[in-house]
Amino acid sequence: MSDYLLLLVSTALVNNVILIKFLGLCPLMGVSTKMDGALGMGLATTFVLTLAAAASWMLENWLLQPMGLEYLRILSFILVIATVVQFTEMLIRKMSPPLYQILGIYLPLITTNCAVLGVALLNVQDGHSFIQSLMFGFGSAMGFTLVLVLFAGLRERLAVLQVPALYQGAPIAFIVAGLLSVAFMGFAGLA
Amino acid sequence: MLMSVLPLTLLGATLGFLLGVASRVLKVERSNVAEEIEQLLPGTQCGQCGNPSCGAAAEAAAAGQLPATFCPPGGRAVAEAIAEKLGIPLNLSGVCDEGPKVAWVDETLCIGCTRCYKVCPTDAILGAAKHLHVVFAEACTACGKCEDVCPTECIRLEPVKPTLQTWTWSQPALLS
Amino acid sequence: MFRKSLRGGVHPTAHKALSNTSPIRRFPLPQRLHISMQQHLGTPATPVVRVGDQVLKGQLIGASQGHISAPVHAPTSGRITAIAEHTAPHPSGLPVLVVTLECDGRDQWQDTLVVADPYKLAPEEVCVRVGAAGIVGLGGATFPAAVKLGLSLKTGVDTLILNGGECEPYLTCDDRLMRESATDVIQGALLMQHAVQARQVFIGIEDNKPEALQIMQTAAAGTGIEVRAVPSRYPMGSEKQLVQQLTGKELPAMSRAADSGLLVHNVATARAVYQAIVEGRPLISRVVTLSGGAVTHPGNWEVPLGTLASELMNHASGFDVTPARLIMGGPMMGIQLPNLHVPIIKGTSGILALTSEEIQQKQPEPCVRCATCVRSCPMGLQPLEMAAAIRSGNVKAAASLGLHDCVGCGACSYICPSSIPLVHLFNYAKGELAAQTRARQKMENTRVLAQRREERLERQAREREALMAARRAEAARKAAAQAAEEQAS
Repeated sequence: MSDYLLLLVSTALVNNVILIKFLGLCPLMGVSTKMDGALGMGLATTFVLTLAAAASWMLENWLLQPMGLEYLRILSFILVIATVVQFTEMLIRKMSPPLYQILGIYLPLITTNCAVLGVALLNVQDGHSFIQSLMFGFGSAMGFTLVLVLFAGLRERLAVLQVPALYQGAPIAFIVAGLLSVAFMGFAGLA
Repeated sequence: MLMSVLPLTLLGATLGFLLGVASRVLKVERSNVAEEIEQLLPGTQCGQCGNPSCGAAAEAAAAGQLPATFCPPGGRAVAEAIAEKLGIPLNLSGVCDEGPKVAWVDETLCIGCTRCYKVCPTDAILGAAKHLHVVFAEACTACGKCEDVCPTECIRLEPVKPTLQTWTWSQPALLS
Repeated sequence: MFRKSLRGGVHPTAHKALSNTSPIRRFPLPQRLHISMQQHLGTPATPVVRVGDQVLKGQLIGASQGHISAPVHAPTSGRITAIAEHTAPHPSGLPVLVVTLECDGRDQWQDTLVVADPYKLAPEEVCVRVGAAGIVGLGGATFPAAVKLGLSLKTGVDTLILNGGECEPYLTCDDRLMRESATDVIQGALLMQHAVQARQVFIGIEDNKPEALQIMQTAAAGTGIEVRAVPSRYPMGSEKQLVQQLTGKELPAMSRAADSGLLVHNVATARAVYQAIVEGRPLISRVVTLSGGAVTHPGNWEVPLGTLASELMNHASGFDVTPARLIMGGPMMGIQLPNLHVPIIKGTSGILALTSEEIQQKQPEPCVRCATCVRSCPMGLQPLEMAAAIRSGNVKAAASLGLHDCVGCGACSYICPSSIPLVHLFNYAKGELAAQTRARQKMENTRVLAQRREERLERQAREREALMAARRAEAARKAAAQAAEEQAS
């Protein structure tokens, strides 16, 4: 049990997908202007990531490896991820139209969020069991959500501040992201 | 060759089938966003946005075909409410907000034709045939319908003058 | 007893000694008085006199309108020469309806209603008389006193607090008033206590007025009124701060003192109540502090309402140097006047002419986030955060940070090292929010009106239809009858 907990914490904080592995930077910049949007995006990605991690594990261990089709891995994983994202999109549209509007184009773009594919591939690479894969996916997603929300909070405050013209908008956001990344490196001591 | 094509095809077909089922189950009826937006609109059916009615405008706005600032009589308050409802950014720069206006009758030109008060969506004009018409400023939404039908151009929209009760401080000029 | 110490506040230089050494002088009647119909918070009064009318001193010339309003009386006898618009003593400089009264110099009173024993009057009756005398809060807020008393009587008040704080720099009108008319103030306080049936009365006086404090304590001896010194710190004269200092109760956010069983009135209001009830004299004059570095002879004057500020200044003193800024009220919360050609109203506690050294106006600079404003805010708000939100156009965010609790005391603007006009920003945002509320209300009304119209049109169409159907039926019946007749013949 403690192994799983350790896996969860280490993936969420120590090996954070965004700030340490630099995966999924597109939504970090794209949907972090408002707290609500960031939280919604984080939850949607959590759903997709966890589901995709489980589905890809099943695909890998029940189909690809028994049939010796490892070379189709990326192709088939993307297929599964795209399906999950499409499903999520339908779900959100049905359940929360405002969130659907807020996320806009970034919702279908979860498909190309490299964090999702990255986690699926890392699962295979590390030879995780099913439960471990699930934990790994969920932990990464939690880390993703945490960073997205933190960053959105910072950007909400940045938006009202008097930033020098040269740094307004994306530049200051990148600087803040960099500082946040440095801060997260402090978690390395936990491992 | 076949061994790689076949599983992939099967996988695609299965996932496609699942998605098809899901889209049936999760089908969105008429979006209630449109209804909620209609609640925000004045409901005077003035047609200034180019839509025949407030309901049609709400539908169009919910479908993302109109900017949040589509409703001129609603002004900033409505634009902000709609932008919040739809979660879209509000760009007020394109709108020149001239402040509230109210219809005003030029007494020397009014011939008492009664055309304006027949079209007024809020019954804000009082008058009778061959008699001077007057506007209830509190009820006027400045939709401009009366302005369009007036044969003598005696009714027009004038900016509302602030009084001691409605005057507010202006924004101080600051370094940005 | 343990008392929570007050939070925030600033210590501006008081400059009280400029004007508190000489007694209050009576201003001679000017030739003309310009009596504003809006001397109070709420709906303006309507003139009940016509041009050419002769009026006596104390006669009603403006009747109160609606629920929150106050009547206006003639400050002297004379003839009404005009009822027209005149620049209001208001930051907007917008016009207000003004009744011009040409004084006849006789200063003849109308018959006044003198009461032998005012404590035999019913509390409601006291409230009514206070209202009829046109008394408003003389501290500067000018809220109709009778409305406040009446509401408090209804909701029940435990403690009446008289505000002798006078924390604004320069102003000394309440200080002099307490020194010279202490018994009137105490009598007024007792009358107000009777009017609202309060259990206890406190009078809070800042400790930088030791003479007033001592005189008031002597005058209050044996009446059950407790006169207490409060520390001198701006804004001690603000309702919420004074309440907290005297009772230890902190008023909850977004609430008024009345919600906590408290009633706060200014000492000058108490004296006006005494004069109205016992002497039958409506509110027709007030004590005005004339001060500031540019004024040659600062002092306090009892001025009839409607006197032009320029006449008061010319008669009383004149300027040493050209003033850099003219202010009605105190320097912290008063309003800047474009010129002195405005009438004295019930809320005019002072006319200040400040030199450029005194105002030290600087260009606003960017916020350095030093948070001095946070420490100075008596309401525990975060002025810098609210200002940043307002500047980026997000008034709603400022409201969620507690803008509604801002009392506009100006402590943050005073202390800001970057000279950011914080209170101006907050006033702007409050106005914006009020305008939004008005717009929303109008939209609601519009929706109802549009719906009614649609219903009316439908009903009319239905009625027309019914009428047509009836006519058709009638015609058919006639035709049938005719046909039958023809057949029969």
